[in-house]
Amino acid sequence: MCRVCGCGEGETTIEGREHRHDSHHHNHREQTHGGHIHDYGQGAAHAHAPGMSQSRMVQVEQDILSRNNQYAATNRNHFVSHRILALNLLSSPGSGKTTLLTKSLVQLQREFAVAVIEGDQQTANDAECIRATGVKAVQINTGRGCHLDAHMVGHAVESLQPEKESILFIENVGNLVCPAAFDLGEARKVVILSVTEGEDKPLKYPDMFHAADLMLLNKIDLLPHLDFNVEQCIENARRINPGIRVICLSATTGEGIDGWLQWLNNERDLLTASDQVSAEG
Amino acid sequence: MHEMSLCESVLRLIEDSAESNHFSKVKTVWLEIGSLAAVEPEAMRFNFDLIMKGTLVEGAKLELIEVPATAWCTACEKDVEISQRYDGCPCCGETGLTLSSGDEMRIRELEVV
Repeated sequence: MCRVCGCGEGETTIEGREHRHDSHHHNHREQTHGGHIHDYGQGAAHAHAPGMSQSRMVQVEQDILSRNNQYAATNRNHFVSHRILALNLLSSPGSGKTTLLTKSLVQLQREFAVAVIEGDQQTANDAECIRATGVKAVQINTGRGCHLDAHMVGHAVESLQPEKESILFIENVGNLVCPAAFDLGEARKVVILSVTEGEDKPLKYPDMFHAADLMLLNKIDLLPHLDFNVEQCIENARRINPGIRVICLSATTGEGIDGWLQWLNNERDLLTASDQVSAEG
Repeated sequence: MHEMSLCESVLRLIEDSAESNHFSKVKTVWLEIGSLAAVEPEAMRFNFDLIMKGTLVEGAKLELIEVPATAWCTACEKDVEISQRYDGCPCCGETGLTLSSGDEMRIRELEVV
């Protein structure tokens, strides 16, 4: 188990291998905790009864996710310095993430270097689907874990070695709750919702839709068979996050895919433009 | 659902603190959890006992301090209390408020020996 980095009890595997600690690229920066010690002398803390015990108070005042956030910052620095557009793809299971991704990759890889990190609790099925398109992919199995964290992603990046100026898709574990809280170092969070799920999902899982930059409303080819109100769904998402972009599409028929590819293109341009600005500055 | 990994993160931070502040046993842990932080107190307590077993935190009491959610209303120019992320201002009905507190997950302090 990896005590230094705080990963799970040896359950996380990156493409079949148990996570090994000797191949770390992270800087395990010295944690500074401030940690003023309030010594309550002989008495129990809060009890102020001298002679009762030796306990004392230690103020920690730290974000529980501070370690994850440090790894995320390391990942982000790596992505920015290599001009890699990293996207965190989030959804519930069965929203069509992998299908959408494989369809997008067929077109994207004609123009760009692309790489994929797949996150699931078990199996390497999704990474195999991606590799079948000719795009390099690595699978993270989280074991009991219900989300990817920045530390796992750091190791996956190390193993995958995405090229400079590539697009890196990080397909998170299918779950609309936990992944919202864990920054992976991505440039953008993209939430995929399918019309088979119900238009109130943004209200039921507000943290996820609040954190997302873009919502892809997938499976719109099924709309004629469903009682799903697209406008209501978008209104719900904007109630949580007024700035969220929305693209309606169908991975199966290809309808709307162009809008999504265009968005990716724009994001890449933004990355390059900000890079030029910083180079000129 | 992610309470287990939150407890693991808490343990890592406590272990770091134990090293720098020289303690070997924790008696009480105070965590501040925002009411919108998607943390289930019961799941947190259950996982806390499980994760801390065999560590310097085993048997420690977990004190959860709930931090109420507040958001800034631009119309009223003040922080107002809300119960959901998408709540409008309870005073004037303004929507699109900016969360001021309620999504935090922090270790506040420890009672140690």
